[in-house]
Amino acid sequence: MDWTAITLSLKLAAIVAGILLVLALPIAYWLTFSRWRGKFAVEAVVALPLVLPPTVLGFYVLLAIGSRSPIGRLWTSWTGHGLAFTFEALVLASILYSLPFAVQPINASFAQLDRSLLDASSTLGASSWRTFTRIVLPLSVEGVITGAVLSFAHTLGEFGVVLMVGGNLPGVTRTISISIYDQVQSLQYDAANRTAFALMAFSFLVLAAVYALLRKPWSVAPLQ
Amino acid sequence: MSHTLSLSLSVRARLSPTFTLDVTMEAPPGITILFGASGSGKSTLLRSVAGLVRPDAGSISIGGRILFDDSNGVSLPVRQRRVGYVFQQLALFPHMSIADNLAYGLHGRPAPVQREQIGAIAESFRIQHVLSRRPGAISGGERQRAALARSLVTTPDVLLLDEPLSALDHATQSRIIDDLRAWNTAHDIPILYVTHAHREVFALGDRVVVLDHGRIVATGVPHEVLDRPEHEGLARIAGFENVFDAVVTERRPDAGTMQCTLTGSTTDLEVPLSRGEAGAPVRVAVRAGDILLASEPPRGLSARNVIHGRIISLVREGPAVVARVDAGAPFVVHLTPGAIEALGLAPGRPVWLIIKTYSCRIVSPSSDSSRYFL
Repeated sequence: MDWTAITLSLKLAAIVAGILLVLALPIAYWLTFSRWRGKFAVEAVVALPLVLPPTVLGFYVLLAIGSRSPIGRLWTSWTGHGLAFTFEALVLASILYSLPFAVQPINASFAQLDRSLLDASSTLGASSWRTFTRIVLPLSVEGVITGAVLSFAHTLGEFGVVLMVGGNLPGVTRTISISIYDQVQSLQYDAANRTAFALMAFSFLVLAAVYALLRKPWSVAPLQ
Repeated sequence: MSHTLSLSLSVRARLSPTFTLDVTMEAPPGITILFGASGSGKSTLLRSVAGLVRPDAGSISIGGRILFDDSNGVSLPVRQRRVGYVFQQLALFPHMSIADNLAYGLHGRPAPVQREQIGAIAESFRIQHVLSRRPGAISGGERQRAALARSLVTTPDVLLLDEPLSALDHATQSRIIDDLRAWNTAHDIPILYVTHAHREVFALGDRVVVLDHGRIVATGVPHEVLDRPEHEGLARIAGFENVFDAVVTERRPDAGTMQCTLTGSTTDLEVPLSRGEAGAPVRVAVRAGDILLASEPPRGLSARNVIHGRIISLVREGPAVVARVDAGAPFVVHLTPGAIEALGLAPGRPVWLIIKTYSCRIVSPSSDSSRYFL
């Protein structure tokens, strides 16, 4: 079993899920509550990774971070080396690739909120921030957790984008799915099977734990 | 409280191409009922006061404190308006205990002060025993009390109630209102109470403001306004189920009455003397509950209107039976199930409608609403 690839994938997925949580909350909040007419265009952009082939997304990310692009040059002037085919490039590409998986469940939870609760909060003197942290977030836990887990799981299993922007460098960009692909290509079916099974078992455990946790305590009355 | 707070508002808000809310009113301390059919603009008016809707023009102030004034661009954010709001769906926070719901608006005050204020308001509204429970685990009446207490624990300058009690039975409703009145004898703030149920108007109101299509059509003491509607829209919402077009056939100034013929029929009605010369069109409104039914031609009555007709249908609605009677014009009559049984009434049976002259009201058509302020 390729432990280096497994730890790398877990590290990548955890970092991406963490960053996406921070990014997706304000994006989902804006998508839910903004009354701007051009909102549909932003919704479409956020959902784009759902329909694009990963290779297309990976290709454009590769162009965007290449040594001749402004982003690539800026990165090189900061760090002294190129961005393409690094772990950081994987993180960046994975964030874009998994964005809809984080935003959409959170957006759906926000949209289901009873608006009069938010109105009540502001008539009781709460600022928008307090309303968000005390009312919106606690009542959307389900969507937030679902978004984090889906983006984690989705990043864990990604293949095409990784191959395009990260290549296949052991310990740097060789993730589980690429490792499995390698093992199959070199006819190491036993090794491939062990890695694949480990990934499947882990994914199942995470999802089962989340669904078990997501039972809203206050929807089951009476509590006492 | 030493100072007297009074809510003044003058609000114009175009809500759709065909609907504009245009209201100017004053609400002194105590309960003022905002009464009107759904879609008449009552809730929008409340939301404007709270700042949840921004009017196109006008001004809103409480005891001289300006909440909104479009002439100099003032519009205080909702959280600074010091307005208590009880929503139709109550909007208690489902993930917090009642105590935490009450504490929500006291954010920033020292803990001992919070505890004391929560204890006091919980006592006023009799909800001490449910403080540790969540809203999903208490009764409907307790939830209403908790919502009232939550909006009042912050000692707001005005209380806005959007049909908060319509889901409760009368007895529970009136006990809650008694507690609200008791609380307000000490605080003396204006309370705007929105409802579309005319029963609640009589039960609660010191003053009623009647809205129809975004405009005030009447203001005054409930009994005066609702028993003598001068406007067709008001007549319908005040429970005058029968509104007919008619033509004045004869004026009898000495008797204080006039004779009308209902349009499209030969049915005559004697009604109180009102404006309208012989030949002038008028509208006559009669409450369904003010009409008597007889199964045989009645005799020796003081009532001046006895009209022969035939029962079209009998439909049970709650405790009453609604009878539709064809008497030249379609009349609606409310009866008790016992009366139906005693008289042996059934669809197709001949009946006589008995209507007192002073049960008939002359009202003005809705289209001409601007002229009929009481």
